[in-house]
Amino acid sequence: MSDHTGPQTDATADHRPATSATTAGALGGSPARQPPAERAQPPSPGKPVVRRGDRLFRAAAVSSGGLIVGIIAAIGLFLLLQAVPALRVDQVNFLTSRLWNTDSLTNLRFGILDLLLITVTVSLFALIIAMPVSLGIALFLTQYAPARLARPFAYVVDLLAAVPSIVFGLWGIFVLAPALYPVAAWLNTHLGWLFLFSRRAGAPSLQGGGNLFTAGIVLAVMILPIITAVSREVFERTPREQIEGALALGATRWEVIRTTVLPFGRAGYVSGSMLGLGRALGETIAIYIILSGTALSFSGSLFDGGATFASKIAQAAPEFNNPTLAGAYVSAGLVLFVLTFVVNAAARAAIAAGER
Amino acid sequence: MARRLDLEHVNIYYGNFHAVSDVSLMVPPHSVTAFIGPSGCGKSTVLRTINRMHEVIPGARVEGRVLLDGEDVYGPGVDPVDVRRTIGMVFQRPNPFPTMSIRDNVVAGLKLQGVKNKAKLNETAEQALRAANLWDEVRDRLNKPGGGLSGGQQQRLCIARAVAVAPDVLLMDEPCSALDPISTLAIEDLISELKRDFTIVIVTHNMQQAARVSDQTAFFNLRATGEPGQLVEIDQTQKIFANPTQRATEDYITGRFG
Repeated sequence: MSDHTGPQTDATADHRPATSATTAGALGGSPARQPPAERAQPPSPGKPVVRRGDRLFRAAAVSSGGLIVGIIAAIGLFLLLQAVPALRVDQVNFLTSRLWNTDSLTNLRFGILDLLLITVTVSLFALIIAMPVSLGIALFLTQYAPARLARPFAYVVDLLAAVPSIVFGLWGIFVLAPALYPVAAWLNTHLGWLFLFSRRAGAPSLQGGGNLFTAGIVLAVMILPIITAVSREVFERTPREQIEGALALGATRWEVIRTTVLPFGRAGYVSGSMLGLGRALGETIAIYIILSGTALSFSGSLFDGGATFASKIAQAAPEFNNPTLAGAYVSAGLVLFVLTFVVNAAARAAIAAGER
Repeated sequence: MARRLDLEHVNIYYGNFHAVSDVSLMVPPHSVTAFIGPSGCGKSTVLRTINRMHEVIPGARVEGRVLLDGEDVYGPGVDPVDVRRTIGMVFQRPNPFPTMSIRDNVVAGLKLQGVKNKAKLNETAEQALRAANLWDEVRDRLNKPGGGLSGGQQQRLCIARAVAVAPDVLLMDEPCSALDPISTLAIEDLISELKRDFTIVIVTHNMQQAARVSDQTAFFNLRATGEPGQLVEIDQTQKIFANPTQRATEDYITGRFG
């Protein structure tokens, strides 16, 4: 190509046929090499040519992208506008108080500290259980299971994500909680000296299991499929050459995973886990069913009851008959909204730091 | 230490597909043997059979014997992991581990074998990089990721990685096909040096390359699509290129087909 663009661009209109002919002649070229007439037209400067299809598609893509940003901003704005009137009449510090008393409109006392601590504790507990299990399942499905078994097994794991949360909630309180009682009792007896496993009088009974321990395990099961699915996707994409490179060095199955699959899939695994954490933080109905309310403030123990942001809001939703009252709960929702943003940002930062 | 390699009546299958039929050949120690032939004739498959990399593909299997100084690498009780530590391999596309530094890439094999001594690892890394003619280019950035090197440097890094574990045999599967002519020349020079220490088998599409680097050349072909590939002849490289015994070989090297 370049061999005849040279003379072409230098040539003035009068000379063009001659130069083209000589070029073609010099190359021993056929008439097919003759440049088409419109090619010689130099493009007008400063105005790149964009096809209509590209313009339309670009507009569609930009507006879709803009729309999602707009929606998120609108949600944030809504939460803020609804929350402000209630926050102004709050009689206690919203961020540091453990009280939640919205009975009297003239004396609103609400703070989110307990809700925040319970939400974070139960979600992290779920994540700590779910992460290694998901990693194991994803590695099994991509590296160990024969193809015949891997596909249906992956399908079953995905199906787990389709179970409605209300079912998880009911299963958690009626089936899992009684089954967990021996474990809970053992932990409480032997590790009760640790704040995580101590139980105070007034907290939900271990038999009933309406505590963070049961809720966290149910949440772990609920976020398992998403972490597994994301990890499986990335592990599967480990380049074949990498795996063969490790094998050819005399790596065992596990060493291949350690030297190639895990470093390659780490970022995906972390982001999958953060998606799971996001789901755990916002999970409502299962927690609402499992966690027993309590008059005690949160002590940091897994055997405490209480409420998360989402379950607290769901609990009070039927009584939202006044915008200021509702505003107290909306402000709790606002904190949850911000919390999920922070988690996502932290995950991205972690991944970016890892890639460097 | 370089060792002698014998293939005896090797038949290779992918599931029910008979990919390579009845290959027998001998590779003397301290020599370079080139496998040439048209695409799909099974030369890479034969190469991958030698270090038992073929069997990692589901359904793949091998019949016959591959002897390393008389010991069958497919013998009962032989661990393929040990075979691959004894018979190193360099691939078509450079494949350094992207998350590892240059030094860690070179000693990855040693680390897998459980060598932990820092001084020993550093020493081996330098030796291997020198052996791969890469030391002078990377000595100042041993802790930088290997993915930052040029294609030719990456391939020499992979060669360094393969020789760092001191294998007996080095297999090279079209090691220059993704490289520019200058990098190719660097690798070819390297191959001539490496045969002092290793027995080398190289698959190549480039007949000039086979003529330049190898002592003996094996020509593979297949009768028709769907038929298994086979070894047409193997002989001294000079003989193969000057005066081959088989008509098919002559046709191929003179460019009449393939």
